[in-house]
Amino acid sequence: MAIKTEAVGKEWPATTYEVGKEKIREYATVVGLDNPVHLDREAAKAAGYRDVVAPPMFCVVYSAPALGPAMFDPEVGMNFAAMVHGGQEFVWGEPACSGDEITTTASCQEIYEKDGKGFYVFETVSVNQDGDEVVRGTWTNIVRGV
Amino acid sequence: MAQLNEGDQIPGLKVTPDKYLPHRYAGASGDFNPIHIDPEFAKAVGLPNTILHGLYMMGLTARAATEAAGGDPRSLKRLSVQFRGMGAPETEIEVTGTVKAVEDGKATIDVVAAQGDNQTIRNAEAEVQL
Repeated sequence: MAIKTEAVGKEWPATTYEVGKEKIREYATVVGLDNPVHLDREAAKAAGYRDVVAPPMFCVVYSAPALGPAMFDPEVGMNFAAMVHGGQEFVWGEPACSGDEITTTASCQEIYEKDGKGFYVFETVSVNQDGDEVVRGTWTNIVRGV
Repeated sequence: MAQLNEGDQIPGLKVTPDKYLPHRYAGASGDFNPIHIDPEFAKAVGLPNTILHGLYMMGLTARAATEAAGGDPRSLKRLSVQFRGMGAPETEIEVTGTVKAVEDGKATIDVVAAQGDNQTIRNAEAEVQL
């Protein structure tokens, strides 16, 4: 059976997430980051940030909600039972700080078949309240036995 | 300013996630996929047990790359990884890296995350500002 590719180029509605100081602390603590710029407002300001700054990989917290509807879209048609998260890339721009409102848009970049596996590549682009790009993510999901 | 030269090993890190780490990471990240937190579910879909979130291990590689560049979170510009082996809780993860190139104040670091011989993240490349 040939893989369905009609969702390539499709874009899903944007989601907006307001970054909060205690959510940053929760994330930083789990991954073992003790740099005070993630935890303490004064330390963050002294280092030149507007407010407590999120660790770069905190981007999964604010960008993943935009990706959910894309991954579950029947037009994409991914078989979740046979899916693994195969690869991930993030390119960071402006830092995300507590109080920022970040809007993320997801789109489908590529769907292709290789060695009997389906590759589903999505892109998320996140911008802050000033329109500055905060992060761009490329999410590759691999489905066995398409 | 961090000094990195081509061929350098970065300090890297070692961490042993406890049994409940995936629950805390699920809460912190919002990813409650039951393969990470429910052993019965994980076994029902053919896994040996619950597995670590790939993005948690990517978070550790981001931490190692950022610390190698001096610790400022602004220094991490790009991180690209491939998830291969599955990670297990209660097993030590070691993140290692080698500086591949230094050019125009930026370093490119090849990074690996592994549990023993099981490379859970490989072909990872971090770009940091020095």
